[in-house]
Amino acid sequence: MQKIGVFVCWCGSNIAATVDVKAVAEAVKNEPGVVVSTEYQYMCSAAGQKMIQEAIKEHHLDGIVVCSCSPRMHEATFRKTAEAAGLNPYMVEIANIREQCSWIHKDMAEGTEKAIILARSAIAKLRNNMPLQAGTSAVKKRCLVIGGGIAGIQTALDVADAGFEVDIVEKRPTIGGRMAQLDKTFPTLDCSACILTPKMVEASQSEKINIISYAEVEKVNGFVGNFTATIRKKARYVDELKCTGCGLCMAKCPAKKGKNEFNMELDNRPAIYIPFAQAIPNVAVIDPEQCNKLKNDKCGLCERVCTAGAINYKQQDELIEREYGAIVVATGFQPIDANPLNELGYAENADVVTSLELERLMNAAGPSKGTLVRPSDGKHPHTIVFVQCVGSRCDENTKRGKPYCSKICCMYTAKHAMLIREKYPDTDVHVFYIDVRTPGKNFDEFYRRAVEQYGVDYIKGQVGKVANENGKLMVQGSDLINGEQITIAADLVVLATAIEPDPTARSIGTMLTSSMDTNDFFTEAHPKLRPVESPTAGIFLSGVCQGPKDIPETVAQAGAAASKVIGLLAKDHLVTNPCVAGSNELLCNGCSQCEKVCPYGAITYIEKEVRGPGVREVRRIAQVNPAVCQGCGACTVTCPSGAMDLKGFSNQQIMAEVDAICL
Amino acid sequence: MTYSYYPGCTLKDRAKELDLYARASAKALGIELKELPQWQCCGAVYPAVKDEIASRLSSVRALMDAEEGKLVTMCSACHHVIKRTNYDWNNDENFRTKATNYMKPEVPYDGSTQVIHFLELIRDEIGFDELAKRVVNPLTGRKIGAFYGCMFLRPGKALAFDDPENPTIIENFIRALGAEAVTYPYRNECCGAYVVLEDKQVAVNQVDRALHSAKAAGVEELITACPLCRYNLIENAVKETMPVHYFTELLAEALGVKEVQ
Amino acid sequence: MENNAKFLTETALRISGVNPRKCMKCGKCSATCPNYDKMEYHPHQFVTMVDRGQIEKLMESDSIYMCLSCMACVQRCPRGVEPGKLVEAVRLMKIRQQGMDHKGPRDIPPMVDEKVPQQLLMAAMRKYRK
Repeated sequence: MQKIGVFVCWCGSNIAATVDVKAVAEAVKNEPGVVVSTEYQYMCSAAGQKMIQEAIKEHHLDGIVVCSCSPRMHEATFRKTAEAAGLNPYMVEIANIREQCSWIHKDMAEGTEKAIILARSAIAKLRNNMPLQAGTSAVKKRCLVIGGGIAGIQTALDVADAGFEVDIVEKRPTIGGRMAQLDKTFPTLDCSACILTPKMVEASQSEKINIISYAEVEKVNGFVGNFTATIRKKARYVDELKCTGCGLCMAKCPAKKGKNEFNMELDNRPAIYIPFAQAIPNVAVIDPEQCNKLKNDKCGLCERVCTAGAINYKQQDELIEREYGAIVVATGFQPIDANPLNELGYAENADVVTSLELERLMNAAGPSKGTLVRPSDGKHPHTIVFVQCVGSRCDENTKRGKPYCSKICCMYTAKHAMLIREKYPDTDVHVFYIDVRTPGKNFDEFYRRAVEQYGVDYIKGQVGKVANENGKLMVQGSDLINGEQITIAADLVVLATAIEPDPTARSIGTMLTSSMDTNDFFTEAHPKLRPVESPTAGIFLSGVCQGPKDIPETVAQAGAAASKVIGLLAKDHLVTNPCVAGSNELLCNGCSQCEKVCPYGAITYIEKEVRGPGVREVRRIAQVNPAVCQGCGACTVTCPSGAMDLKGFSNQQIMAEVDAICL
Repeated sequence: MTYSYYPGCTLKDRAKELDLYARASAKALGIELKELPQWQCCGAVYPAVKDEIASRLSSVRALMDAEEGKLVTMCSACHHVIKRTNYDWNNDENFRTKATNYMKPEVPYDGSTQVIHFLELIRDEIGFDELAKRVVNPLTGRKIGAFYGCMFLRPGKALAFDDPENPTIIENFIRALGAEAVTYPYRNECCGAYVVLEDKQVAVNQVDRALHSAKAAGVEELITACPLCRYNLIENAVKETMPVHYFTELLAEALGVKEVQ
Repeated sequence: MENNAKFLTETALRISGVNPRKCMKCGKCSATCPNYDKMEYHPHQFVTMVDRGQIEKLMESDSIYMCLSCMACVQRCPRGVEPGKLVEAVRLMKIRQQGMDHKGPRDIPPMVDEKVPQQLLMAAMRKYRK
């Protein structure tokens, strides 16, 4: 008979307020195998752990049940506690009486009853536990960063700084991301390019960083420490090694109707182009949709003018396969489409622009060379209306936008308003707002400066209609403080559109089996305590892919993600999870079902001589590679003969738990 | 093709043209609009509260009487009221139960009738490309604006056949007839509607703004599917005036069947 | 809240199906309302006042007859509050009271010309009396 100890945690009042912990400890005292059952205020504290260890030694326990919070929270803690006292760590079971009991019940009697059931169930499982030994696997000392914006660049720089190899995979022809498009940055008004481009250069010059631009990750296999990624490097029709970035091809290209993505399509670019002057790599790319040579085999002018002989119309996509120990997601964001909110007139009026379009209009490298002009007629706007929260903070059922606050809009709108008032004091600037949200160092001071020093007119209310009347944009809105509906005749209307995750995020999340929320932001392993790790081991999160953030926060998170990557890559070996699948040779009928469902490719089939009672023959049977198996259990439920079982979660263990609850 | 058709009260009297041109055009397009034998007035106003059961029953009856699972509407108000009632039927169990208990039909309405506006019928069952081919008198050179008004598109959740902020159905219809479709900001705003009895000035203001907006955009004539919009746009126009037609009139003209009426 | 006010508030909430607590007080409804200037209480105030149980004030105001029922606020409310439904509910609560018809069959004929579509007369019957 086993000797089992049960330890019931109060978790302060988290559990004890709705569960009578003493009654739970008392109730399970006489369960078969239980030799000691007790409770304590904080089992995870040093004193609580010591109590467990002493009990293990005193009663010669060979298994313990801790009734406490979710195993995601403290299973690892209590396994270590047990191990230090000489107990196999897999002889520890957690009964989750907090998240699954006390937090969701109000009635003490009900809560207590359920906690007792959960404790009994865990004891029943523990009686079927076997000591397990963890193995190890080697760590590939290379990191993959998906996305080359400021988040990806910063993570790559920090990981490289620690001496590890990093590949940045960027889907656009250049790294730099959204930050490269910005004019100034709040709240200090540094020029965005001036602080970003040195980092881009540093990344490109680092011996440890390899930038794979105009490329997308197509497939990822493996597990923490041992990922294999397939990267598709799209044909740019220009030899990256030969191109000097001289720009002659751009000047000569006769097809100049391509939408300039970098300038938010406010102007056009040639079919062969370098996105912007400081692009990295500074290499041209041909847009196959625009290029006459690629479409109709006519022209070929760029090839003739290129002195470096870099043009290659025959270039094909290239597939690169590499192994990585860690993967960082830094896929960033895009502004939402403002067209569905068309009472604001974005679809019909060139002078209704998004904030990111305004960044380009104000940028010295933008389509108007930094002079703020109306896109429609190139004239200087004298009255500008900003509308905040466009598509943010919406009830999802209204289909009018995102349920979350996009976080950065209040500050960039204050920035735009301030910069415009400074540069063009003859311009009236009005801002319609719902709330001005400026938590952040020097943020509220910045916003107040826009109002008090620069005379920006903040109007509490929203805009209900924008109508073009003979070139003037009639902005009808509510002024809630003043209790009136007002109409402002504006020359330019700027919509602070919500931001959403890059559209590639969802497919990347699926590829990495990394969980996402309903808005397609990546979920962190713990919202407070593990903010830069994905729940999937070896996958880390950097920047807006995890949730709306400004540049300082993005850089901080990028550094944090890097430190987690470094911590992983610094290890030579990882302890593997011993809770892996195993096949009972005598029961396996060689059907291959498990091999088909295994997402990790951990199962192979071999011919093997099987010996059992009355059996001695060569059979085709399943074999699990424990280093690759992640213990997901897909094979165990698929196996028609019941041969496949998961260590630590065997069918016998689970049935014992179910029986304890139901019988 | 034969479709059950709900003309509504106004189309039998003050807005006869809306109906007559529609029938003539439908015939030219190979469609028979089969008027429901015993329709009752939809009430013209959708009662937007949950406990108004009786005032929605005439719509339910029309929905039940529709053959082949489709009911064609012509007037914006009827379309609005019947379609929203149908939406309620499928989304508000309380209404469904009470209405069924009240009417005690032999076979309860199963909520499956699709309410389609005549424009939707043309768009989805004939197609604007096909319509363009059938046009014999293209309205070339005419600059026509759509006046959607309020009831035709909103609330988008229940009406759900075009984008309520960025509608295209009437513009595409205008293009199919060979004319130039001119958009302007107030095409989906209210004409002043029912408040004309309460305060005529409201309608005058609304109409003034809409016509001014249309004129500024280059619209020379307007079309609408709503008798009340047309009434307001003509009778309450003070500062600006503009010809306002029912969409079916121009359809009949383009199809060469206008004079038959 | 006194008993009558409580009863009126509960009725307004029940028959409109509106949850004023969903309002984030952005003012979009009053920004888009085409008849704002003719209303004593504006769409956003309907939401707040119903939430605070001030139904009687709303019932006594002409604002309930000035709403165009154009559903601009219903369509554009970013929180799905749909203020127009509250206006409709309060107006019905008013005219459902005995002797509280706003306009009757005798009032209307002198107000209309012969071109008025039937739709308008029907609507008046529904909107102004019970």
